[in-house]
Amino acid sequence: MNWVNAIIQGLLLGGLYALFACGLSLMFGVMKVINLAHGDLAVVAAYVALGLVAVTHTNTVSAVLHVPIGVSYALVVPIFALIGYVVQRTLLQASLNRGVLTTLLVTFGLSVVIENGLQQFLSANSHSLSIGSLVSDSFSVGSQITIAYLDLAILVVAVIVLLGLQYFLSSSKNGRLIRAVADDREAAQLAGVDYRHVFGIAAAIAFGTVALAGLAYGMYTQFTPTTGTDQLLLLFAFEAVVIGGLGSLWGTLAGGILLGVAQQIGAQIGSQDQFLVGQLLFLLVLVVRPQGITSRREAA
Amino acid sequence: MSSAGQRTEASGPAGMTGTTGTPAAPLRVTRSRRSTLWVGVVAIAVVAVLSYLPYLVHSGTTNLLVNFFILLTMASMWNLLAGYAGLVSVGQQAFVGLGAYFVLILASHGTNPFVAIPVATIICAVAGVPIWWLVSRLRSGYFAITMWVIASVCELIISQFSSLGGGTGTALPGLPVNPTLLIAYTYWATLAVTVAVLAVIYVILRSPLGLVLTAVRDDETGARSVGARVSRAQRFVFLVAAAGCGAAGTLYIISQQFVVPTAAFSVQWSAEMIFITIIGGIGTIEGPILGTIVFFVLQQTLSQYGTWYFIVLGLVAMAIAIWAPRGLWGLISDRLGVRLFPVGYWLWPAAEGVRPRRGLTLPRRG
Repeated sequence: MNWVNAIIQGLLLGGLYALFACGLSLMFGVMKVINLAHGDLAVVAAYVALGLVAVTHTNTVSAVLHVPIGVSYALVVPIFALIGYVVQRTLLQASLNRGVLTTLLVTFGLSVVIENGLQQFLSANSHSLSIGSLVSDSFSVGSQITIAYLDLAILVVAVIVLLGLQYFLSSSKNGRLIRAVADDREAAQLAGVDYRHVFGIAAAIAFGTVALAGLAYGMYTQFTPTTGTDQLLLLFAFEAVVIGGLGSLWGTLAGGILLGVAQQIGAQIGSQDQFLVGQLLFLLVLVVRPQGITSRREAA
Repeated sequence: MSSAGQRTEASGPAGMTGTTGTPAAPLRVTRSRRSTLWVGVVAIAVVAVLSYLPYLVHSGTTNLLVNFFILLTMASMWNLLAGYAGLVSVGQQAFVGLGAYFVLILASHGTNPFVAIPVATIICAVAGVPIWWLVSRLRSGYFAITMWVIASVCELIISQFSSLGGGTGTALPGLPVNPTLLIAYTYWATLAVTVAVLAVIYVILRSPLGLVLTAVRDDETGARSVGARVSRAQRFVFLVAAAGCGAAGTLYIISQQFVVPTAAFSVQWSAEMIFITIIGGIGTIEGPILGTIVFFVLQQTLSQYGTWYFIVLGLVAMAIAIWAPRGLWGLISDRLGVRLFPVGYWLWPAAEGVRPRRGLTLPRRG
């Protein structure tokens, strides 16, 4: 029964990883770039949410305007989408013009600057996003399996985000533009597409999902300025993408869930083995099936 | 570094003279614009002075220099890997940590830690073989981040062994008891490793392999298309960088006399290597040397204000990567035409006394 519980908890944890992964996957699919600051951006989103709650719940503001705490949290997503568009059009586009390797170096630099900056401005204390009693509320299935409402909610949000993204990419005008630029940038340019703007839209969506992931993580557990590196958030997002297979949003969900299940099974083996088993699963997939479990295409 | 001024007589491409019947313009090929004999003399003098330093200065200064040389070794290795072989890795801390822990394992079995340095370095290169097998198929971002995963796996595995101190770390046994002696030995070992690493890089870049690597630096696809054996060169450089970063790790554990997995396998190592190389100038031997000096001066003067120096370095590195990708050394050598390490070729008209104002400079990849 412990093992069944481990698998179910892993499935729920996988929702969080899939949420982390979909922004990374989208940016890699469209810009062919891995954003090494991805994990740290999620942490920044959690801090921004903290700040927004603090600002909107001071006495003066709440006397004029009553903002529910959930709205303060939700505001982070459009803010991050805007930041994503701006960062893509400036910093990332400038480095993309130099080449893929420069973009790697610049996003890595961004990651280090974010972590040290947060530490310098906000101290190394740990925080979490308050959600009242929801953090510990749960329901039981049978006698041994307990499912937390929060974990379930995160998984549901992940599925909704992936469904929404799938629908957006296949049905909307901007979605079609994104797919066109991802498939063949030059051909799209010949047809009159401003690929920089399309990159900006893709980055806005990616940053928005990163913000969601950061919010989910902040509610799920505590975070510090260096959580992005210490808790290997970037690596888990990347592993979910690779395990699932590039270019497939459902693969990303499957990859996140497999990673979550592997980690929970590792935690059953020994408390120190949780991360190791997940990483080894990733390396195994890399050796045996580098194109991922769901994809039939050649790996990049 | 001293044999640079030699001039090779060559009279044009042989095939051309054969078919057209008119002799092509005779050419001289040299390694540098001017004789660089003086650079070699200065280099030897610098090493001689540096080796005598423990007799002259306080142990605090030698300790600082030990950290300086460790950084220089790592940055030079990252530069060889990323600047020449086109392999951008954010996981070289895997080898730094492995080097440190191999010394610990050898020392806890009775080997003198200083004797363990070369042994652990070689073991790191050997450990690089299966890792290269794993990552050699991967390109750019995939390669970079998978190396980070591998560093993380190494850390997680090492932390499992309670005999190696587990996750909380352990002291390195077998070091000399006399602190003055320990610092002097550590300094000499570090200096020797750094000189050896720079010499190896210099020899590699002057060899035929160096020609392949320079071609890869400038245009990897182009190098492949003219038949350069790029993959073989990349594998060789990866193993050399594994050994070099491992050597830096062996010096790290000896200078700290203590090791803990989170510090030995910290991604901070990669951040330092990358910032130093980018700021100094990627794809040149001189770049990491200049970059390490800049890094060290900033660190020593600003460290009282917390990690601000690191934020500044990160921002500067990002700006340089985008707007001045050849770094500080690139700016200097463009202005003055100076190269301390002659690893390129210059073409001259054979007539004596003719000196082209600007020699043949290689185009750089952006």
